[in-house]
Amino acid sequence: MQAYLILANGMVFKGRSLGCQGTTVGEVVFATGMVGFEETLTDPSYYGQIITQTYPLIGNYGMNRQDQESDRVWAKGYIVREACTTPSNFRSEETLDTFLKDQGIIGIEGIDTRALTRVLRESGVMNGAITTEFDPEQQQECLSRLMTAIRKYAVTGAVAAVTCTEPQCFAPTAGVAQGEEPLHIALLDLGCKNNIVRCLCKRGCRVTVLPGTTTPAELAALDPDGLMLSNGPGDPAENVEIIANIRAMLDTGIPAFGICLGHQLTALAAGAKTCKMKYGHRGANQPVTDFALERTFITSQNHGYAVLGNTLPQGVGRVSHVNANDKTCEGIEYQQWNCFTVQFHPEANGGPKDTEFLFDRFLQNVRRINRVKGGR
Amino acid sequence: MPKDPKIKKVLVIGSGPIIIGQAAEFDYSGTQACRALKSEGIETVLVNSNPATIMTDPDIADHVYIEPLTAEVVERIIEKERPDAILPNLGGQMGLNLSMELARSGFLDRSGVRLLACRPDTIDRAEDRQLFKDTMEKLHQPVIPSKVVEDLDSAMEFAGQIGYPVIVRPAFTMGGTGGGICEDPEKLHEIATNGLRLSPIHQILVEKCIAGWKEIEYEVMRDHKGNVITVCNMENLDPVGIHTGDSIVVAPSQTLSDKEYQMLRTAALDIITELGIEGGCNCQFALKPDSFEYAVIEVNPRVSRSSALASKATGYPIAKVATKIALGYTLDEISNDVTGETCACFEPALDYVVVKYPKWPFDKFVYADKSLGTQMMATGEVMAIGNNFEHALMKAVSSIELGMDTLTLPAFEELTTEQVIEHLHVQDSERAFCVYEALKRGVPHKTIYDITRIDWWFLDKMQHLADLELGLKTGPLTREKYLEAKHYGFLDKTIRRLSGLEQLPMDHYVAGFKMVDTCAAEFAAKTPYFYSTCDKINEAEQFIAERPTNKKKILVFGSGPIRIGQGIEFDYCSVHAVWTLKKHGCEAILVNNNPETVSTDFDTGDRLYFDPLNPESVDNIIATEKPDGCLVQFGGQTAIKLAKHMDEIGLPIYGTPADAIDEAEDRERFDELLERCGIPRPEGRTVYNLEQALQAAQEVGYPVLMRPSYVLGGQNMIVAYNSADVVEYMGVITAHVDMSHPVLMDKYIYGTECEVDAICDGTDYLVPGIMEQVERTGVHSGDSICVYPPYDFPQSVIDTLVDYTGRFARELKVVGLVNVQYAVQDGKVYVIEVNPRSSRTVPYISKVTGVPMVDLAVRCTLGEKLKDMGYGTGLWHGGKSPYVAVKVPVYSFLKLHGVDTMLGPEMKSTGEVLGIAPTFHEAMIKGLVAAGYQFKTPGPGSCVIISVKDSDKREAAELAWKLHDYGYKIYGTPGTARYLNSQMIPCSTVRQMSGERPNVIDLLESGLVDYIISTSPHGRDPHRDSVRFRRKATELSIPCITALDTARILVDAMRGDHDISRMELVDVARLHRTAAEGK
Repeated sequence: MQAYLILANGMVFKGRSLGCQGTTVGEVVFATGMVGFEETLTDPSYYGQIITQTYPLIGNYGMNRQDQESDRVWAKGYIVREACTTPSNFRSEETLDTFLKDQGIIGIEGIDTRALTRVLRESGVMNGAITTEFDPEQQQECLSRLMTAIRKYAVTGAVAAVTCTEPQCFAPTAGVAQGEEPLHIALLDLGCKNNIVRCLCKRGCRVTVLPGTTTPAELAALDPDGLMLSNGPGDPAENVEIIANIRAMLDTGIPAFGICLGHQLTALAAGAKTCKMKYGHRGANQPVTDFALERTFITSQNHGYAVLGNTLPQGVGRVSHVNANDKTCEGIEYQQWNCFTVQFHPEANGGPKDTEFLFDRFLQNVRRINRVKGGR
Repeated sequence: MPKDPKIKKVLVIGSGPIIIGQAAEFDYSGTQACRALKSEGIETVLVNSNPATIMTDPDIADHVYIEPLTAEVVERIIEKERPDAILPNLGGQMGLNLSMELARSGFLDRSGVRLLACRPDTIDRAEDRQLFKDTMEKLHQPVIPSKVVEDLDSAMEFAGQIGYPVIVRPAFTMGGTGGGICEDPEKLHEIATNGLRLSPIHQILVEKCIAGWKEIEYEVMRDHKGNVITVCNMENLDPVGIHTGDSIVVAPSQTLSDKEYQMLRTAALDIITELGIEGGCNCQFALKPDSFEYAVIEVNPRVSRSSALASKATGYPIAKVATKIALGYTLDEISNDVTGETCACFEPALDYVVVKYPKWPFDKFVYADKSLGTQMMATGEVMAIGNNFEHALMKAVSSIELGMDTLTLPAFEELTTEQVIEHLHVQDSERAFCVYEALKRGVPHKTIYDITRIDWWFLDKMQHLADLELGLKTGPLTREKYLEAKHYGFLDKTIRRLSGLEQLPMDHYVAGFKMVDTCAAEFAAKTPYFYSTCDKINEAEQFIAERPTNKKKILVFGSGPIRIGQGIEFDYCSVHAVWTLKKHGCEAILVNNNPETVSTDFDTGDRLYFDPLNPESVDNIIATEKPDGCLVQFGGQTAIKLAKHMDEIGLPIYGTPADAIDEAEDRERFDELLERCGIPRPEGRTVYNLEQALQAAQEVGYPVLMRPSYVLGGQNMIVAYNSADVVEYMGVITAHVDMSHPVLMDKYIYGTECEVDAICDGTDYLVPGIMEQVERTGVHSGDSICVYPPYDFPQSVIDTLVDYTGRFARELKVVGLVNVQYAVQDGKVYVIEVNPRSSRTVPYISKVTGVPMVDLAVRCTLGEKLKDMGYGTGLWHGGKSPYVAVKVPVYSFLKLHGVDTMLGPEMKSTGEVLGIAPTFHEAMIKGLVAAGYQFKTPGPGSCVIISVKDSDKREAAELAWKLHDYGYKIYGTPGTARYLNSQMIPCSTVRQMSGERPNVIDLLESGLVDYIISTSPHGRDPHRDSVRFRRKATELSIPCITALDTARILVDAMRGDHDISRMELVDVARLHRTAAEGK
């Protein structure tokens, strides 16, 4: 069945339907990872977006449901050049197509994804739609209606849409000595990837995942040893209430670690500004320089907004990491708070695990503060 | 940290002659390294015995030594040139081993020379089997159960413990030489004995065989600060058990999920970090298909063949970055040349699929054992890029030049389905074709998987191709069907053939080109590196439009995969042609498909098209580029084959016209040409079938030289002594060659062969040098020891040679290069063949004379005249040279089972070395040493075995006497011994291989045999006694000389002064400067 990708600039790509049929509107972005498409699809940070995979053969190793980063697909659509119908991997349970159908996701395959990526690179991310319902070349009326919807579309209320509604508890999976009380980490779910929970649990933490709207008082009542601020979707500046909450939480001196949206919200809480990037960083090959270690690490990334490092007020903190390619801010070490944050994804999935040691650094902070407090 | 300012002069060691397992890729990496050094303002000293390389060019290095690669020679070069440092990790195993030897002996420390990029203990931990195991255990990296042993009994005992099958891997041998899979104790006995002998430290690894696991490789880089990246990962289509050099390899991996991908990536980074390598490294893993279990197979602590492939597959210049790292830069300080904006500390993202396909020499060695295992057999490889796997695979199959345009091998079509399934068990170079045939027959994938363990994903993709092929044969050819076939890589020619239709549903199908940019289009890249797709968007067209120029645009065709007869020398010619075009105000556009070469480096030409060299593929490039013309004479036969097509489509060929090629190849036209020139040639005939062949042989008289027209490297060329030979070879030739081209038969002339290369501008000609062959006619020029300048031709012969060459050049209207082969008998000169194109000898004649032949030739094609170029006309320097150069061929017989080592008119060598010295004797000694000949001194019991055919016996007697006089005991096979005794030469008789024991096998295995001279009856059937005898000798590494002329040279060299430590070291770069200035 024919499917069409229509961009806000009027470009139309003709392809074949993948997954569900219908029409979907979203923000079209591209991701350059060559593996990890199940992780990408289920990453809540893609909320509201239509994902283009630059690697042409997608679904080669099938879907296994074990590699999901959340329990559903949050993206609005999926664009691939060729979806594999005969996947091969010992964990494969189904094809990309059946998975998307099951998830209710509209996709398109058989288009020149490189040409599309070049358009997005040149003009920046833009809204678009995938439709199987009409031929835009034939049905002008339908097209103009859809174009209005495309132009009007904006990703809003993203965090509210993806965050959990009730707290969830996770027990440590390893790393706790006999008789020892595990560390308790509160994880503010702004669109959290499962692997952040896994990274903490396997390091001996008990994790309570909290809804994004959790107040400082609710957090205080829980009395956690540390606070983790997760990744998530959308425009960070939109989350005015959460930003104020984070400021209040960090003012208590609780050791904290922020990733991606968590990093951006913390920066906003500290008085810095964020901006929308032309086409963002989405892939598993982004080099990030760590000033303290004098090293450059390959990181996994997925963000369309960035913190403007030079807007960080004096004395609040310092930029600890930058992207080695475009020199954008990739991490902040706070002076006024027991907190450091990174723009990239140390929890990976998909992507390299080269910076997973940041979780250890965070937990060292937590233990140190605990000792000072004379706690456990 | 910026580069270390103390490093001002660096020595780079090359990898020596091309042999299987160590090919052109090290010229590519070495050249890139030298250029990186130069761009840093560092003076470079280069040593390599291989004259056909680009790295040994005076343009590439400041001081160039084409000298034997021995520790002693390198020490002397270091003493002479006094470099500050040595760069060891870019010259293959050869360069690395030599550097380590110098480091371990303390020589580098004593001379104050720093070893860059690695330390000897690092290398030991990667290459010494036990240290490697210990290192992996420390890192908790799983390794396959294995044990390092130093004797046969321990090997047998350990294998008994872990169970068969086991794999034997000898320590410190390159390309896995001497290793193999052993199914049972007998096989282990054989392979282990051999492996222990071949390992320089008499050590082998016996390991549990995990054949059938996935084989995955990672190319990793690290700098001194500890920044680490992976450039690329690759998945072998063939599972563990077949050497990766003989496997079809795909990049990136296809069947690994992120979890497996990252697990192995992390392991690779941990390994390079633990080893402390600064530069590039290759890690090979085995991954169990049904779990996360894996094992580290091997780590190469240097730039390797795989890294050349990874460089081309991703656009990431590994050798250049490795060089900068060695100088002290960190990855994040080095910029990514591809984008110009990003840094080298990143991991390339591919938005296409790469397929590497090996090129094996089995189309040439029809009797060789084609089976594949842990020891590499391929001489070269091709790479193909597509935006789906099928397209890339189809491009690859077209590029390997087996005359195939799909995976259908006619021989398999004739088998029954049962036979096809049975044949799947045979693990050989044709297995992919056998799998394809099975898929076409509808054999269940499970059956194929259970036998081959080729992943289901690959089987599904190949099934898709099989279905498309079958689909084209049936039903109407709709536009949709046609477009689908195009999308997955079928050529128009193939679609016409399969559908039986001349008229295609579309008139003109145009390919769109995409850029290889390292970043999946994330950044705007500046690389002029393209591949064809079926997409409409044409990035190459846009790229060209954005850079308008009024320069002349010229297409240069490369030479495809490295194979016997068409080696690295043609890459040398193509690259030089490109450089000259660029220097003279033209835009040079390169087309080639070989990832191991300098020509496919994206900054060699103005644009690079990494695509097959077939007419349709080239047409698409022409449609996009709209070039003014093309050069076909520099890319060997691969490029020459395109000349006719260029003529047909009307693209001007710069230089010699296509018709001249036809005139030189077409027997009748060539005869007319000779008549016009007044030049004699051996009597000959053109035949199309066996009947005509037998009659022609009768008319001309035996022996006759037989060959198909349009040949290079003496492919399928033989000397027939009787009608049985004619019958056998017509059978072989017709099986492998398209019979629309006839077979040529010539009276065979006994005499001295020589080769003349000339540059012509249409009026004048320049002969830079004449090479005389040591071996008499009958041995292929590529396999003979050649001497420049000629050492025993009278002036009259030299005058005739130059005169004849000039006549040909003028009459054929050669503009550019021409190569003529002559036979000289009793002072009379006969022409054997004329090739109006560049030849194998161009690189070294250029180097030893200082005449930049390709440069001058290209300028001629652009319309310049020789008399204006300053190198004169006629014979360069009157044929006088301050130095003698001797080219000695090098073989890879050890790798090729079942191939007779006897030299003949069919080329067998894979590479060559050059000896340069003031005298003939010294140059010969240097050449022989560089080629690996050892001058042994007879000890107690040392002997030489002589077994020669009747016509050689008289000459053999003289040699036998000299050997006896030198202190050797002589053994002869019965006929030879009888004759030698009759000449009063002490000689003992030894029984033939088929005779009762003890026989010649026991003598060979005694370890007392230093040399063998064997010229006994020719023949390629591996079951003959003489062939088996020579094979046995090869497997035992006993030098076996198969031509009396070679033997004479060797015996004289042995008896004379063969100490190279006092011979002059010749800086070739200086020769060039002298030639360019002083003339």
